[in-house]
This record gives sequence, C-alpha cells and structure tokens, in this order.
Amino acid sequence: MTTLNGETTMSTETVSAPVPNFDDSGTERKLAIICSKGNLDMAYPGLVLANAALGEGVEVHLFFTFWGFDMITKKRMGNLKFTPLGNTATHMPQGLGGVPGMTAMATSMMKKQISEVGVPEVPEFLEQIVASGGHLWACQMSADMMHLDENDLYEAVEGIINASDFIEKTEGAQLLFI
Amino acid sequence: MPLATINGREVHVNDEGFLTEYGEWDEDLAKVLAAQIGVDLTDAHWMAIRFLREDYKERGETATIRRITTLGGIPTKELFELFPKKPAKKMAYIAGLPKPRGCV
Repeated sequence: MTTLNGETTMSTETVSAPVPNFDDSGTERKLAIICSKGNLDMAYPGLVLANAALGEGVEVHLFFTFWGFDMITKKRMGNLKFTPLGNTATHMPQGLGGVPGMTAMATSMMKKQISEVGVPEVPEFLEQIVASGGHLWACQMSADMMHLDENDLYEAVEGIINASDFIEKTEGAQLLFI
Repeated sequence: MPLATINGREVHVNDEGFLTEYGEWDEDLAKVLAAQIGVDLTDAHWMAIRFLREDYKERGETATIRRITTLGGIPTKELFELFPKKPAKKMAYIAGLPKPRGCV
C-alpha cells in the first residue's frame, strides 16, 4: 500500500490510492454489554454501542439483568420511561420531577428527540441488533425473581442463562456494565 | 485533497483511500474499488450502492445501515451478508462516498 503525503504529490507521477483494510483478521474482537437499567435513557447507551460494534465486525453479546430485564420483556420493552427525578443534568428544579404527569411528559419528549436523530425505539433497535448478528441473553436470577420465562421475553433472546454461563460465553471479551 | 490513481485513472482520495469528489465516481470505478476490498458485485450489491449514491445526492450525507434498511428496503441481515464485517464502511468505499457520520 502506498501512503500519500505532500512530497509524493509534488512529482508529476501520481501514486496509486491507498486501499483501506476492512478485514483486519487476527484481532477477533468480542464485546460483552451488561444492561442493568430499565430507564429509557439508560437503555440506549448499550444499544448504540452494541450496534456500533456490530457494524465494525465485533462479536457482541448483551446480558439483560435486574431492571435491564424490562428492555427484553415483551410487555415493557416498548414502554420504558424517563424521569427527571434525581437527574441534575436535566437542569430542572428537582421538585418538578415529582409533579403528576411529569414522567409521561419527559418520556414523550425524550422519545421525540431520539426519533428526530433517526434512532429507533427499543424493540426496533433490538431487532436491528439481532439482524446485525448480535446475541441477546436474559439473566436467570432476574427471571426467577420476577417469575418470568421465555414466553414473556422478546423472541430473539437466545436463552435464559446464569451469570457463570455469560462469563463463559464472553471469554476474552471487552466488557461494559451499564 | 490528494490526487491518486485507481486503475490508471486520476481521482481525489483521502488518506484512507475513500474518494472525496462525488463526480469522479462511476460504476466502472466501483467495480475496481469493490475488487480491491474483496467484494464481488452482484445485482444485490448494486441495489445498495445505487441507493447510497442517490441518497447522498439528495442529502449530502452517507446513509447509515438503518437508513438503507428502512428507506432503501434492503434488510440489515442481507447487508451484513453482502458486505461482511463492516458493511457501512465497505459500501461507502465502493460507492465513492465518505464514511457515514451518524451513530445508528
């Protein structure tokens, strides 16, 4: 591959264009993301990063645990909420967060902002992640605590597994806890 | 932007080799670019590449995988099969466009 620089272009002969290396094999990257939150705003970081990693050819495994279970529970995944309560980054008086209807209003505002930047809602985003080759796993302990089984979960979840299984499946992976 | 040659033709590219002038691309060049990164262009590949070219012409921005799926009608899974590993970047390279800017 020829690299281009100021000096070489000074000559009358142009160099041949560099070819990007899209298949840097040898580095088989793997990413494990643990999603433990069920708030709308905390669902997105894991999904965005999973999607980005998949687009870079990285093998991605998501593990949904505790409140993160809402992200893959059929009844709840389309209805995650955002509350300004306890979140100083909204720069609103904290008392307002407790006003009835505030959660619904803040949620719909956030959903609108997310959709305006072309990012899908959680169920559709998970569908895209699975279509891109991502793996979804549900936490056994959370399922037991919440009395949920496969029938309650999003169809693309590959299985309900315990923490040891997940650690085993993600050997050598980089890990994110959200 | 530096001038370089691809298959004997002079074009402007960035330091990674992506074309930087929309008008310097044509389908013959795309075949060469595709071959350089190991992609054998079929009709299905062309659908994606042509969508990217048209969409860029209208918006001045390279479509993301999601946009190609929702607006171009090509399923995400298929894009990963056609352009394995890094579909968005491979498609942009072959289509003579910048890498997509959007996250999703």
